[in-house]
Amino acid sequence: MSWLADNFQRLAEVSLDHLGLAMVPVSVGLLISLPLGWLASRWRLARRILVPVTGILYAIPSLALFVIMPLVLGTQILDPVNVQAVLTIYTVSLLVRAIADTLDAVPESVLAAASAMGYRQAGRFFAVQLPLAVPVLVAGLRVAAVMNMSLVAVGQLIGVGGLGIFLIDGVQRSNYASIIAGIVAIVVLALLVDRLLAILGWALTPWTRGSRR
Amino acid sequence: MIEFQAVTKRYDDGTVAVDNLDLTIADGGITVLVGPSGCGKTTSLRMINRMVEATSGTILLDGQDVHAQRPATLRRGIGYVIQNAGLFPHRTVLDNVATVPMLLGAKKAAARERATELLATVGLPAELAKRYPAQLSGGQQQRVGVARALAADPPVLLMDEPFSAVDPVVRDDLQDELLRLQSELGKTIVFVTHDIDEAIKIGDKVAVMRVGGRLAQYDTPAALLANPVDDFVAAFVGRDRGYRALGFLSAHGVEVAPLATVALGSPVEAARAKLDSGWAAVVDEAGKPLGWVSAAGLSTMEGSVQAADLVSGGSLYVADTGGRTGSLRAALDAALSSPAALGVAVDSAGAVVGSVSAEAVLAALADARKAGEVPS
Repeated sequence: MSWLADNFQRLAEVSLDHLGLAMVPVSVGLLISLPLGWLASRWRLARRILVPVTGILYAIPSLALFVIMPLVLGTQILDPVNVQAVLTIYTVSLLVRAIADTLDAVPESVLAAASAMGYRQAGRFFAVQLPLAVPVLVAGLRVAAVMNMSLVAVGQLIGVGGLGIFLIDGVQRSNYASIIAGIVAIVVLALLVDRLLAILGWALTPWTRGSRR
Repeated sequence: MIEFQAVTKRYDDGTVAVDNLDLTIADGGITVLVGPSGCGKTTSLRMINRMVEATSGTILLDGQDVHAQRPATLRRGIGYVIQNAGLFPHRTVLDNVATVPMLLGAKKAAARERATELLATVGLPAELAKRYPAQLSGGQQQRVGVARALAADPPVLLMDEPFSAVDPVVRDDLQDELLRLQSELGKTIVFVTHDIDEAIKIGDKVAVMRVGGRLAQYDTPAALLANPVDDFVAAFVGRDRGYRALGFLSAHGVEVAPLATVALGSPVEAARAKLDSGWAAVVDEAGKPLGWVSAAGLSTMEGSVQAADLVSGGSLYVADTGGRTGSLRAALDAALSSPAALGVAVDSAGAVVGSVSAEAVLAALADARKAGEVPS
């Protein structure tokens, strides 16, 4: 307990750092996945390429990606962008198929009605397809956020890992307080973000609740 | 006015959906495109607002080529009602109806006010405004679909099998509602259905199309029933067309004969004295028909005529002296469905005014033929 009291300030600071390392990729990943998912739902050829290619990225071990990222991006070894780029790739890998599928699931009659009302392509996407995709988007974002929260710690193997530092330090110095504090902080952050995203999704989708007839 | 001039739709795989269609749709009426699946009726409809592009030919809307206009602009000026309503699941009923006014640049408050009016116009209670489509019945959803199509007050309304997904009773209500609305609004409506009965009920003009996208016959419903142009149309129009054609002839020439009536609760003896050919209609205090009594039935009754002892009656025929008269079909059906072989004729308030016999209906039909009132 005295360890926690001594290191609380640092734990809080690193948690914030950890949050940024995990959540920036979720946001960037969403922004990249939306147009890719839309392309995949729009053209069969795009789907045949995008869905398998983004899907297979998920199978590459994170450690391998962390190590090669500085070579690919030309960044410094200790640049946090390396970690964020890797987590963005995983986020995109999770979201593209889900977005393509949910855009495809909008009933044909709803799309035809939107066109017949006089929506243009883009207007129809933002006014009809995207709002209807929110439940699936939020579900995907929750998975991605929780996954990133734990994967950030692996980044510590290349020197950028947020709360991972408490795990590595703890192992090297047999400091169990440090290990446990690191794990608990990661789990609490993950639960918190998951909850917030769930609430956001609930607030954005009033049509999915309430009494059915 | 909507004019199809030699319009053809051929898909990339060579299928011809619509073949050289010439059709002129007059303003202010309901024109029904009807035919079996694959006859190109929906394709024809969707070429009007360019949801499907014609391969060749011209479609004029009020003299203007629809191809000269941008699709989105064109569509905002044409109401569209789709099968299964196609409401936006994430928007309230009110915001669904407000869609087109908002697209046309109306302020949110103004668009919602207009939407509120329209809900009343299509017969939906105001408390549904805040609900989401999934919380409505199929019939209610379809009414919202009609309200949404009317929101920007377009002169033309396209309806693509709008009532085919609801059950028959609700469909009948929706058809009556559409006819009532149309009598108030006078839109130019193009209505697609595969149901010939629906076409004949609501159409001012009916275009029967055959597989391959060819127009088989374009006529009024009465003419279609009386004089189908070939075997395909005759078969499609279906059985009993001679009988159904009577629905388009007014029964104003049918003789209404006196009818023996007995007030409910009359003594059995008094009722027996009133029988005519063994039957009398039983009426309540307002003169509305409740059923029939026969000589055989009265012989087993004691005391007075009670509601439980009546033989139930057939359909009623409205013979309003004030002008609106039922059809020959209604008069004949009343006669045929009555246990006494006498149809009960009532006034618009529902009170008995007399009887009609099948013979009287046929005599009136013969007179109408002589006078040339029957289309042939």
